Amino acid sequence: MKRSLLAVLPLLFATPALADWSQTLAEAKGQTVYFNAWGGDARTNAFIAWVSTQTEAQYGVKVEQVKLSDTAEAVTRVIAEKAAGQDTGGSVDMIWINGPNFLAMKDQGLLHGPFVADLPNAKYLDLGAGSAASVDFTVPVEGMESPWRLAKFVFSYDSAKVSDLPETMAGFVDWAGAHKGRLTHPDPSNFMGATFLKQALVEMAPDPAALQQPVTDAAFAQASAPLWAWYDALRPNLWQAGATFPASAEVQNQMLNDGEVDVSMSFDPASTAAGIAEGTLPATARVFVPKAGSIGNISFVAIPYNAAHAAGAEVVANFLLEPATQAHMQDISVLGSFSVLDAAKLDAAGAAAFAALPKAEALPALEGLGPVLLEPHASWMTRLVEEWAKRYTK
Amino acid sequence: MTPLRGPILRGAVLGVVLLGLIAPIVVGLTETARAGFGQLPALGHVGWSLEPWRMLRDQPGFVTSLRLTLVTGVGATLIALALAVGFCAAMSSGAGAGRMRWLAPFLAVPHAAMAVGLAFVLAPSGWIARVFAFVLGWDQPPDVASVHDGWGLALMLGLVVKELPYLLLVMASGLSQVPVARQMAVGRAMGYAPGVVWIKVIWPQLWPLIRLPVWVVLAYGLSVVDMAVILGPSNPPTLAVAVVRWFNAADVAMILPAAAGALVQTAVVVVAIAALCGAEVVLRRAGLWWLRRGGRGWSWGPGLRVAQGGVVGLMALAALALLSLLVWSLAWRWSFPMLWPEGWSGALWMRADWRMAMLHTLVLAAVTVVLALVLAICWLEAEEDRARAPWAEALIYLPLLVPQIGFLYGLNVVFLRAGVAGGYAAVICGQLLFVFPYVMIALSEPWRALDARLLRVGAALGAGRWRRLLALRLPMLLRPIMTAAAIGVAVSVAQYLPTLFLGAGRIATLTTEAVTLSSGSDRRVTGVYASLQAALPFAAYGLAALIPAWWHRNRRDLRGGTA
Repeated sequence: MKRSLLAVLPLLFATPALADWSQTLAEAKGQTVYFNAWGGDARTNAFIAWVSTQTEAQYGVKVEQVKLSDTAEAVTRVIAEKAAGQDTGGSVDMIWINGPNFLAMKDQGLLHGPFVADLPNAKYLDLGAGSAASVDFTVPVEGMESPWRLAKFVFSYDSAKVSDLPETMAGFVDWAGAHKGRLTHPDPSNFMGATFLKQALVEMAPDPAALQQPVTDAAFAQASAPLWAWYDALRPNLWQAGATFPASAEVQNQMLNDGEVDVSMSFDPASTAAGIAEGTLPATARVFVPKAGSIGNISFVAIPYNAAHAAGAEVVANFLLEPATQAHMQDISVLGSFSVLDAAKLDAAGAAAFAALPKAEALPALEGLGPVLLEPHASWMTRLVEEWAKRYTK
Repeated sequence: MTPLRGPILRGAVLGVVLLGLIAPIVVGLTETARAGFGQLPALGHVGWSLEPWRMLRDQPGFVTSLRLTLVTGVGATLIALALAVGFCAAMSSGAGAGRMRWLAPFLAVPHAAMAVGLAFVLAPSGWIARVFAFVLGWDQPPDVASVHDGWGLALMLGLVVKELPYLLLVMASGLSQVPVARQMAVGRAMGYAPGVVWIKVIWPQLWPLIRLPVWVVLAYGLSVVDMAVILGPSNPPTLAVAVVRWFNAADVAMILPAAAGALVQTAVVVVAIAALCGAEVVLRRAGLWWLRRGGRGWSWGPGLRVAQGGVVGLMALAALALLSLLVWSLAWRWSFPMLWPEGWSGALWMRADWRMAMLHTLVLAAVTVVLALVLAICWLEAEEDRARAPWAEALIYLPLLVPQIGFLYGLNVVFLRAGVAGGYAAVICGQLLFVFPYVMIALSEPWRALDARLLRVGAALGAGRWRRLLALRLPMLLRPIMTAAAIGVAVSVAQYLPTLFLGAGRIATLTTEAVTLSSGSDRRVTGVYASLQAALPFAAYGLAALIPAWWHRNRRDLRGGTA
């Protein structure tokens, strides 16, 4: 109750933005927000259900998760609605989005906003130029999507079976040669498979700065040449001789659990510990990151231009940024996803909530994960996936 | 009481069928075709162009996808047909519908659930491999592509396992219209081997009765999505899966080649069915020559026995697959090479939020099946006043022959314009397209087979049309009606693409959840959903057997009748 009182207090001295926010709250009351989010992770689904109970109690806003098997399904839906001239009352209120999907929607003018600056909890974010929350795969966010969870590329492996994993992506060639058929990666049409290639690209590109610019033919040829040489050497020793790939990292996790491969990967450093707790990974599974660091990015939520419940969606986006929500999310027994808030901007209560979180053996400390490597510009990922398909899909 | 006037009723039913079944397909195909030829105003594409086709041609692996589709779809259909024919021929003395009843459960299980189960049994770390590991002492699974293999063998196997029971039941029902025993006796008296009499004499009579179901199987095999995602090759996948992927690609311009690909998918089915018709003409000539040659064919016996063994083996595999779903849903940890879970838990059943999905599935099944039954009964009742209109009947089957991916995208655009997209109404319409034909197939034969003299007696005693329908026809046909309803439930429960496309993803059913979750990492949760998905049609079939038995408990001749 104290928090809601604190939230109301500033309204007495309302600046225009906060007056707008009280209007947003009033408008949002009673709305049901259809949150289109990838539904392949039971813990994330449970977290979203928890968010719904909280926002309903605090703001009268219900959240209904529309479980996607691929985020692009929601993008297609908005496009279909636009094709049919449905410019208001659309069926998608909020999307868990980033990277190419965000770029596509932003380019096509399919997003509502800018709205992030209007969220009261945006004050806990570091939105300075070049900060992680202000760019999405190098595309400027410009207030069109709001961050909610941190993603960082990690490998997971069974420490009872493997102990000699390489320190660089380049080292995987020798490792796979010595462990024939024990390594694979998700199909690059899946974002985790694409990330595996990107991780290698970032490590091997002669000029990493070029990756931060939109891709050109010349830049791509130059930057990707070492990658393809590496991949050609690696592929024959992959699982099933690199002829077929698991559909997603989740399928590969299952293969790790079944012992079909020795390595899996994830964008969530806590997923290994979570998998052990859930019984979907062996108790000896551990996390590992290349020495030079790994790609990291932030997951966002965006609101389509024709969303029927945009106000409700803003309220939910704001709730996701509450320090208490973020701490709950980082709790290993809940979701274990690292917070997107700037620790320096937290107040004492917020900092204490984070300090009180429990630990787990397979849960790496944030410091142990190495440096965060920047995502290449989103156009690189599209190009990389296309080129991979051209080379290896016959 | 105002009688149901024949012409009016016929007109109304035809109208509903044309508007409700044919129009959506035509309109959906048209919308898809517009996008396929460059008309997509929402993305700023106006004016006709062949650009989508150029994009389609340049998609990596397009030709391989097309080849995979043909090989798996045609191959699975031919194998299933050959096994079914061999099985029936081997059982020649009378494979009545009653003796085929044990197949009904396998028919009832949705494709997705069967595929999830098979994937576990067949995988390199699956049950079969674990038996080998136990015997041979492997400590890690072999590095072989036993599912998602590049030739599509696992997908073909899955399709055969699922289509075989359907073909066998269709054949059993067709055989009940042929005087098998007498013709077999005559043939054997002339010195022919039993299986050969069946193939030379019975089969040519049977084929016209099962031609349409075989087309449906062929069309389905060529355009299946859910089973191909779970069992089929992935790099590249079959055409239907590739088209779904392109429709859902991050780069929205991919809708253009996707629409073109959907048209190719439709053309593939049309061409395949045309080829089957062509083959029929050729085989009829060849068959006549073969027949006149007069070989007695005693050497055929072993081949037919192999087919019989094959059918039994495949059904055993299916049973193992279904069992594995249940075991996984109750396992806590079950790692390779354990034959049996190391720890059990009901936690997944307690936790999984399957209740909403179950509710949606039940509501959709109930509404679509009731609507389909009412429509089918009206259609058949209207037949009393007129000769059957074969062209109209053929149209009913159209939704089963046109690939779903060909028109669902376009249909959704139309629904959006009409403002009905993303709700129950749209999904019910979409599911009805597929439920109604199956209900019609199941109901029409028993309906027409009912002894018309009983109705004439009723009419002579002064019973009006309504009374004849309600007091005579429907009660006597309770068993086939319930069977048709159960089939309708099974079809409704299994619908994946229509529910996904037309429900804007908001209406989560057991099937959409099972396919979505099969892309997740927790096989146990998938096991919960797939078990439920399989259990629902089982329950429907069980009720379809129990209700008439109870209702007719004091009507001896209506028990165990035509089912």
